[in-house]
Amino acid sequence: MPSGGVSPTSSQDADPASPRPASVSMPGVVLLPVPEPRLGLQPLRSAVLAVASPLAALAITVVVGAVLFTAMGKSAGTGLAMFFVEPLRGARGLSELAVKATPLALIALGLSVSFRANIWNIGAEGQFIAGAIAATAVAMRAGPETSHAVVVPIVLAGLGGGMAWGALTAWLRDRFNASEILVSLMLVYVAEMLLGYLTYGPWKDPEGFNFPQTATFAEATEIPKLAAGHRANVGLLIALAAAPVGWLFLSRTYAGFQLVVCGAAPSAARFAGFSARRGLWTALLVSGGLAGLAGALEVAGPLGQLTPHLPVGYGFAAIIVAFVGRLHPLGVLLSSVLMSVFYIGGELAQSRMGLPSALTGVFQGLLLFALLGSDAWVARVRGPNR
Amino acid sequence: MTAAAVPRLELVGVTKRYPGVVANDDVNLRVMPGVIHAILGENGAGKSTLMKIIYGAVRPDVGDLVWNGRQVAVESPREARALGISMVFQHFALFDSLTVAENVWLGLDRRVSRRDLLARIAELARAHDLGVAAPEAARTAADLAADLAPDLAPDLAQRRVSELSVGERQRVEILRALFTDPQLLILDEPTAVLTPQAVETLFVTLRRLAAGGCSILYISHKLDEVRALCTQCTVLRGGRVTGELDPRTATNAQLSQLMLGAQPPARAEAPSAAQSLTDGPPALEVRNLSLPRRNRFGVALEHISLSLRAGEILGVAGISGSGQGEILDAISGEDARVQAGVISMAGADVSRASTGARRALGLRTVPEERIGRGAVPTLSLAANTLLTRRDAVASSGLLRWPTARALAARLIERFRVRARGPESAAGSLSGGNLQKFIVGREVDAGPRVLLVAQPTWGLDVGAAAEIRNHLSALASGGVAVLVVSEDLAELFELCSELVVLARGRLSPRVAVRDATVAQIGQWMSGLFPEPAEAALAASNDPPVALVPGGPGANAHA
Repeated sequence: MPSGGVSPTSSQDADPASPRPASVSMPGVVLLPVPEPRLGLQPLRSAVLAVASPLAALAITVVVGAVLFTAMGKSAGTGLAMFFVEPLRGARGLSELAVKATPLALIALGLSVSFRANIWNIGAEGQFIAGAIAATAVAMRAGPETSHAVVVPIVLAGLGGGMAWGALTAWLRDRFNASEILVSLMLVYVAEMLLGYLTYGPWKDPEGFNFPQTATFAEATEIPKLAAGHRANVGLLIALAAAPVGWLFLSRTYAGFQLVVCGAAPSAARFAGFSARRGLWTALLVSGGLAGLAGALEVAGPLGQLTPHLPVGYGFAAIIVAFVGRLHPLGVLLSSVLMSVFYIGGELAQSRMGLPSALTGVFQGLLLFALLGSDAWVARVRGPNR
Repeated sequence: MTAAAVPRLELVGVTKRYPGVVANDDVNLRVMPGVIHAILGENGAGKSTLMKIIYGAVRPDVGDLVWNGRQVAVESPREARALGISMVFQHFALFDSLTVAENVWLGLDRRVSRRDLLARIAELARAHDLGVAAPEAARTAADLAADLAPDLAPDLAQRRVSELSVGERQRVEILRALFTDPQLLILDEPTAVLTPQAVETLFVTLRRLAAGGCSILYISHKLDEVRALCTQCTVLRGGRVTGELDPRTATNAQLSQLMLGAQPPARAEAPSAAQSLTDGPPALEVRNLSLPRRNRFGVALEHISLSLRAGEILGVAGISGSGQGEILDAISGEDARVQAGVISMAGADVSRASTGARRALGLRTVPEERIGRGAVPTLSLAANTLLTRRDAVASSGLLRWPTARALAARLIERFRVRARGPESAAGSLSGGNLQKFIVGREVDAGPRVLLVAQPTWGLDVGAAAEIRNHLSALASGGVAVLVVSEDLAELFELCSELVVLARGRLSPRVAVRDATVAQIGQWMSGLFPEPAEAALAASNDPPVALVPGGPGANAHA
């Protein structure tokens, strides 16, 4: 049979998790209404297409964006420049980009691990909040004479808070077989309630003119900045370091391999004796922990205090970041920059062009939608493997 | 028949090239109406490509298709079905999460109301004896109630495909193919998992279909089946037609020669029952294993006892869905519900040990499902070695990919797996080659006990012989081998003794030389003498004392 060796593109360690139905490449199976791969946010097999598809999606996003600006009566050139060029100009621009990209990258790295394991944690926003709350609990104890080393327990508290919030989901799934999708999402709202309670209640700054916010943290708690006068801090370095670590974990460790097998073929994982429970807990602790870490870096970094306005949707945007980055830790770094560009571009479009800042969401959605479309198209063009 | 002079289907000079391989080279084929026409050939002979061309999934580079005297270009399977061509595939194309009825419905090209659909399925299943016997396979006290009120019994059409065994899934495929009243039915290795009786039933069905004017293209490697069923036979080798003959008058040797170009590879002598078996505790012993069903369509295991000595091959026969999967999962450790004292290896209790711990003790398994269970299709062969082999896992928990690749390369070479290399995705291999790889992965690990499910299902004679040779060689080397198969011929060829599994109960052991196909067939339906050991073990259940039984306790003899 000629199809004996026609699937040359699979690169095993780079892209091992695409849950392509087993039958597709088997001789004879392509003929009937074969289970088409779920219209899917899943890594494609070919390395080239894995890169080409997001680029095509970006191109579509740019074109549709241009149409959108024109429809709103603005110059398409100016609008696109505002979105894609302006955010990248100057040290300040790059610093602001880093401020946004750091939490996105950290959260999306964790989500990539989780999604690879087929654990659908969509509640990173809640874990982000929980991390910020835990970090705040430590940061509020700092006084004027506290050593600068307090940032270490602050960051660790954030990590722990996020892990604990993720562990709630893992426990409910493990113990009661509750859907982690629903549970993790609902726990976002619980976390927001908790945040509201703390900032309106016990943690409210007594000297804050009754604003719902904690007191500004002591000087010592501030996450060290990369350069004076810019808001970007060492969180960026942490994110840059976390990406290769995540890549090594997934592609070079037995534990990471087990996780990927649990996600790609649960029956094979059971046969091999890989623990699905361990996969579940690993996935949620890693993704929860990284989201919590991002929360700590945010609250002890650019914000400097805990307010109800802490959650701005990083946890949800990171889902898109993870998929645009093909669930690959290094791809996630690139896509987090792209998503940050959209955030800043949206703000600029609002302040300088008088356009609604909801444009950010439109662009993010466009990108994801275009990516899905490109993937489906690519799958179609390649055909069902002969 | 007035149309007898016009062939139902004629292929003229069909050639299909793929990069690096000519799948079909100037193939001519003529199928007359109402004829059961066999296509014989090894894996890679080009049978599948030829069928894909007929079924419209592949366009030939050169050549014509003539359908009922009219030249046609079949552009798609949909067009093929519209012409009246149906196909039953060797690899199933069923959605696991949907019911039988939904799967049938998805394959239809026209709208059918749900009621008509269910009625038609029931009618076809009855007419062709294609029922999927849920209440039969899993009879417990609860099912007795269902028997009294049959409407409440899980209906064939409403059952979920994921709950069906391989044999049952195949029956669903056949049912789906018959749904459109085809004029030409293509069957790819349809009998691989059927009992002898079910094969006979299928043959009756096929003969009846043929008598009604439906032509049948029957792809098979089983020479005796082809000779029993088919009146015409086209043999392919290397993409070319090497012979056209009447299989009823041809000898096996003639057919094999046309298929292989030589005699099939000789099989090593099966270990005889007389071979002296080592003393001491059995390599694997199961004592009074009872497990409730794990889901609605599972099978409860009742008082299963068996012992397996080093160097023997014990066969487990039975209709699919009789509890084979349940037993294997309990022994391998995938089913963690087994209580202490039930399963022991060389005298050591492993009932509560994990899969990995049992594997470390030398218990290895080749599961029935190759894709998705025995191997992860999207991963490379090198990565797939890591499922059951720890060669490439460093003590630090890091993976040594070069070691994994070297292991995969060794398996490919040693077990003659046709693959591009260690980096090939497991899913890109043909069924036979993937099975060789999976069996090789376990054999190469040096097991003490090997459990194998459906070792040669869907494989060509060459690959099947190779795998059986490996199993025989293992047993000669002192490994205890348990072969679960629905292919009786295979069990008779491979094993020294047999047990039969029916509805979760195990029959007494019988030496292969004393067994007949008729007797085993009867036992498959549950009619066997109650094994003394099961009755004994049920009455008093000493957790430590060895239950008398094992190879000596041939209650029937």
